[in-house]
Amino acid sequence: QYSVILTFLSFQQRIEIHKLRQGDNLILGFSIGGGIDQDPTQNPFSEDKTDKGIYVTRVTEGGPAEVAGLQIGDKIMQVNGWDMTMVTHDQARKRLTKRNEEVVRLLVTRQSLQKAVQQSMMS
Amino acid sequence: KIESLKVTVDFLKVPLGLKKPPLKEALAAVPGPGRPKPLGVERHKPRRSNTMDNESQYSGYSYKSGHSRSSRKHRDRRDRHRSKSRDGSRGDKSVTIQAPGEPLLDNESTRGDERDDNWGETTTVVTGTSEHSISHDDITRITKDMEDSAHLDCSRHLGVSLAGALALLAFLTPLAFMLLPQLLWREELEPCGTPCEGLFISVAFKLLILLLGSWALFFRRPKAFFPRVFVFRALLMVLVFLLVVSYWLFYGVRILDSRDRNYQGVVQYAVSLVDALLFVHYLAVVLLELRQLQPQFTLKAVRSADGTSRFYNVGHLSIQRAAVWILENYYHDFPVYNPALLNLPKSVLSKKMSGFKVYSLGEENTTNNSTGQSRAVIAAAARRRDNSHNEYYYEEAEHERRVRKRRARLVVAVEEAFTHIKRLQEEDQKNPREIMDPREAAQAIFASMARAMQKYLRTTKQQPYHTMESILQHLEFCITHDMTPKVRGGHGQAGPRYLTAGPTIQYHKDRWLAKQWTLVSEEPVTNGLKDGVVFVLKRQDFSLVVSAKKIPFFKLSEEFVDPKSHKFVMRLQSETSV
Repeated sequence: QYSVILTFLSFQQRIEIHKLRQGDNLILGFSIGGGIDQDPTQNPFSEDKTDKGIYVTRVTEGGPAEVAGLQIGDKIMQVNGWDMTMVTHDQARKRLTKRNEEVVRLLVTRQSLQKAVQQSMMS
Repeated sequence: KIESLKVTVDFLKVPLGLKKPPLKEALAAVPGPGRPKPLGVERHKPRRSNTMDNESQYSGYSYKSGHSRSSRKHRDRRDRHRSKSRDGSRGDKSVTIQAPGEPLLDNESTRGDERDDNWGETTTVVTGTSEHSISHDDITRITKDMEDSAHLDCSRHLGVSLAGALALLAFLTPLAFMLLPQLLWREELEPCGTPCEGLFISVAFKLLILLLGSWALFFRRPKAFFPRVFVFRALLMVLVFLLVVSYWLFYGVRILDSRDRNYQGVVQYAVSLVDALLFVHYLAVVLLELRQLQPQFTLKAVRSADGTSRFYNVGHLSIQRAAVWILENYYHDFPVYNPALLNLPKSVLSKKMSGFKVYSLGEENTTNNSTGQSRAVIAAAARRRDNSHNEYYYEEAEHERRVRKRRARLVVAVEEAFTHIKRLQEEDQKNPREIMDPREAAQAIFASMARAMQKYLRTTKQQPYHTMESILQHLEFCITHDMTPKVRGGHGQAGPRYLTAGPTIQYHKDRWLAKQWTLVSEEPVTNGLKDGVVFVLKRQDFSLVVSAKKIPFFKLSEEFVDPKSHKFVMRLQSETSV
């Protein structure tokens, strides 16, 4: 059982994004999709089409997110400790764009990560 | 113009090659069998002309069933009657049903009966006092029947007259109960005023109701001759018999012997008998009529020759009654049996038929050779069959095309023909020579579409079914009732008569309605239907295989839907950039 937990944790990655100031706004440089009030079947990145989590749908080139290592298709599990797996789309947006925060620490999971770990486990 | 058209018709009769049966035959077939209304006095005229033609033959063997649910007592008595009429071998469970029509007596209603006649489906109509005339009818008809049915008719005859006698007895008993004291010891009777009169009236009306009820329920022309006794009916007869006998016993002992003075008591006794008889009638209604109404089984009837199948829902019936039910529905549901349509076209078959020649090379011993040869032939034949389906397909497609072309020509011809005819309006002043009755009008029109019709019928191999006479009759019918050409030759109700093979019953009765069906069953035919029962109704050239399946028990559950719960949202897929 311990090994199961450890393998689960290793599917995730922590990403730290430093927001960029553009005029009056702090931008992160990516777009999100998903949420519990959205239609999960139209999510192209999720493996499980009932997954209503928040996914990264676009990463602007050269933006803070790309620099920090965020990739398109990542599922955001936590933002600064706040859970993002059971939030509405608007709540997710708000948690990412808090004005008083300059740095956001995301916990993301990625299918390519999972596959890499599985392959290494099997070999 | 009419004369010329008539001449053309006559001329065309010859090369068409359609059969023209004598008119007499056609007319004789018109009053068909199967009129279900119970007739009164007019029953005395037998339809002799149709005896042989319609489904009115009664015959068959009757066999003892070891498992019949009928009461032992009645079966014993039947045995005595039947022993002289035993025919054929024992142990063979195949019995013959001959379908309906003539009011022949059945062999099921044995002794014991209700107040009036108790047989529903297989009874003759008994009018009042005319037992004798019915027997006369039947005797005359019996002489025309097949030889082996003569024995059976006699015993049926006997059974029915016994039943009728008991019915009469039951009916007259209450009257006798009331009259005997008056006749025998009138002087000693206590006077009985208003209550007695009330009772008299009630007896009169109850007897009347009983009479009407029995007439409605039992006086019916038999649909079919059942090979075996009908269990419920026998049961009811026995019940009535016991009832009447026990009433007479008590009456004899308590009232006649002791010369009871209380007349009111006697009348009340009689009234109670009438009530009991009414209740037995109620029981009869429930057992004979109501129980079979609620569908319990689904019967699948498949015709063995060409595979057409139909499904029917029936209630609790015995096998023989289910068989009759199926037959009744067969005649209007199944398209007519056309043996010409069954075979593969010859071009396809001939290729299959050609044999293989097998040459043996080298020195192998003969035994090996033969088995090897046969196996090789079979294998080659199996492989070869791959080609013939192709030919079959193309042949079918070609045939389909031909039929459609002919049909189109026929429809056009019919439409055109009908434009020549117009119903005479009152205000039109026409030369009397030009006015035609429907028959002449039909003949006039027929000439112009005869050719197209004939070609079409040839293509669809229906020509044996439609004689010229029948076509003319149908034309007459359409013209009389102002049916449009569409109906006549095309798509309406009467149209498909020609364009598709219609149900059997619309064709000429002489030829296509069966005289005899044989019921083959593994279980005794008086057993009720059960899940998985299979029986076969045979005719000479094909058979109907009927299998029964129980209608499943439905578990309906309820789900309440609050009308306010119908709410909807848009399916969103937003993307926000942060």
